[in-house]
Amino acid sequence: MQFGIFSVGDVTPDPTTGRTPTEAERITAMMRIAEKAEEVGLDVFATGEHHNPPFVPSSPTTMLGYLAGRTERLVLSTATTLITTNDPVKIAEDFAMLQHLAGGRADLMLGRGNTGPVYPWFGQDIRQGIPLAVENYALLHRLWREDVVDWQGRFRTPLQGFTATPRPLDGVPPFVWHGSIRSPEIAEQAAYYGDGFFANNIFWPKEHFQRLIDLYRRRYEHYGHGRADQAIVGLGGQVFMRRNSQDAVREFRPYFDNAPVYGGGPTLEEFSRETPLTVGSPEQVIERTLEFREHFGDYQRQLFLIDHAGLPLKTVLEQLDLLGEEVVPVLRREFAARRPAGVPDGPPDHEERKRALAQEKDGRQETAEEAK
Amino acid sequence: MSEQRIVAVTAGLSTPSSSRLLSDRLAGAAEEALRKAGGTPAVETVELRDHARGIGEAMAAGFPTGDLKRAVDAVAGADGLIAVTPVFNASYSGLFKSFFDLVAADDLEGVPVLAGATGGSPRHSLVLEHAVRPMFAYLRAVVAPTAVYAASEDWGAGAADGGRAHAALADRIARAGGEFAALVSGGPRRRRPDPYEDPVPFERLLRGE
Repeated sequence: MQFGIFSVGDVTPDPTTGRTPTEAERITAMMRIAEKAEEVGLDVFATGEHHNPPFVPSSPTTMLGYLAGRTERLVLSTATTLITTNDPVKIAEDFAMLQHLAGGRADLMLGRGNTGPVYPWFGQDIRQGIPLAVENYALLHRLWREDVVDWQGRFRTPLQGFTATPRPLDGVPPFVWHGSIRSPEIAEQAAYYGDGFFANNIFWPKEHFQRLIDLYRRRYEHYGHGRADQAIVGLGGQVFMRRNSQDAVREFRPYFDNAPVYGGGPTLEEFSRETPLTVGSPEQVIERTLEFREHFGDYQRQLFLIDHAGLPLKTVLEQLDLLGEEVVPVLRREFAARRPAGVPDGPPDHEERKRALAQEKDGRQETAEEAK
Repeated sequence: MSEQRIVAVTAGLSTPSSSRLLSDRLAGAAEEALRKAGGTPAVETVELRDHARGIGEAMAAGFPTGDLKRAVDAVAGADGLIAVTPVFNASYSGLFKSFFDLVAADDLEGVPVLAGATGGSPRHSLVLEHAVRPMFAYLRAVVAPTAVYAASEDWGAGAADGGRAHAALADRIARAGGEFAALVSGGPRRRRPDPYEDPVPFERLLRGE
């Protein structure tokens, strides 16, 4: 099972000091956080994509390309790449390039984006969100699999004899997750292609995500990619830890109370009860994360949000130490002990997908020879 | 005939409130008419004051929880809805609107609604027509033609008018209850397919359907 972190890339004032980091400081901090994730033994770093303040990551593959050169093992991913407002041709090129630079350590999570004004900045319309996600991905899927593409659709100019370059590393398209917080259509899309499904469960109660993940699993089996319990599921979660849980609550409360995503609503305690937010000791985070398995079944990727709400870099790096030293080693062991045989222990990596592709090609050759 | 689940939502703030009083009278009239038609109504009343804090928190958090979640689910699953608001600043109260803002747009589609409002002065009676009815129209609910407004004087202006206002209110309540009961008896709600149970197959999404 893969464990990692995902960042929204928000520039939020630290409520305890009143100081807002500069964009330069935040970008540097994100890169430091990603490198630290590898140092402490985590598997994945994923960045969001935003095109409006107070967020900095407008150009994810630039960030991930930098990290590709600075890391050895870390899988570089996104949360999410906007499949609605980005040109699928550019996504195909950017992520194939990243894949080459990272030696196959790249995947991506597609999402629609829910900020209405962003769409027209890129010539699109939020009311077409689902049709855009469907059409753009259908094209992206072909651009990575077919060397020469003739294509015509509703949302971009037609392509004739087009070849996206570079071709995916070893001919293996990057693994794709489809992220959603509410759309059954996106769960259906992930199931249809046999791709991964990431339920960003961090701000809503679990009952909703149980329905969404159950739908994805059922339809994954329906489309013949494997059994429902073999479908590739990813989950989020946001944590703040100190060895002593009361210290964690005391330190995190001003960040919770003032954060744009939390403030003015339910209390820290209520929000912790209803959503995956866990503020406490490493043991509490372990216990809570293992509960996800009870609610959603065995899953393949867990991403924690740890650098939000204006937390200073030093604190975030301490969180990574706790994750790497005390939380993730236990979670790896406990999840592995509970996972039944035949259920994948992670999304397929580049080597695995390369082998699968080779087998598929052999199979096709044999069939062709038999036909002769 | 199976049980008809009627949920009465009232946004009155005092105890007892005239909105609750009107809601109970409307529920009584609806029950009586439904029984006469051979139905078996079961009425549940939701006092929004009990959920005032939860409604504010649900606005900020994006989701209702606990008792408020149960109240929202009850409204979404009702066979008929009675909705009564006090008039504040020439419209429904903010609490009333905020509660219905937590109800998903499709959840009241086709649901019969009996609307009521209360106020200190009869001059705001059209609130039912220019605020409450359009909101339910947006939700594609079916509002009974008679909506009932009760001003202070309708509860009984004492001996001065010989009880005429009071009797007129009782008539309006009975008429509204009868219209509502006819809508509720008109057959079970047609519910949209649940997209999490029956998703649109991807081939259809690909064709742009």
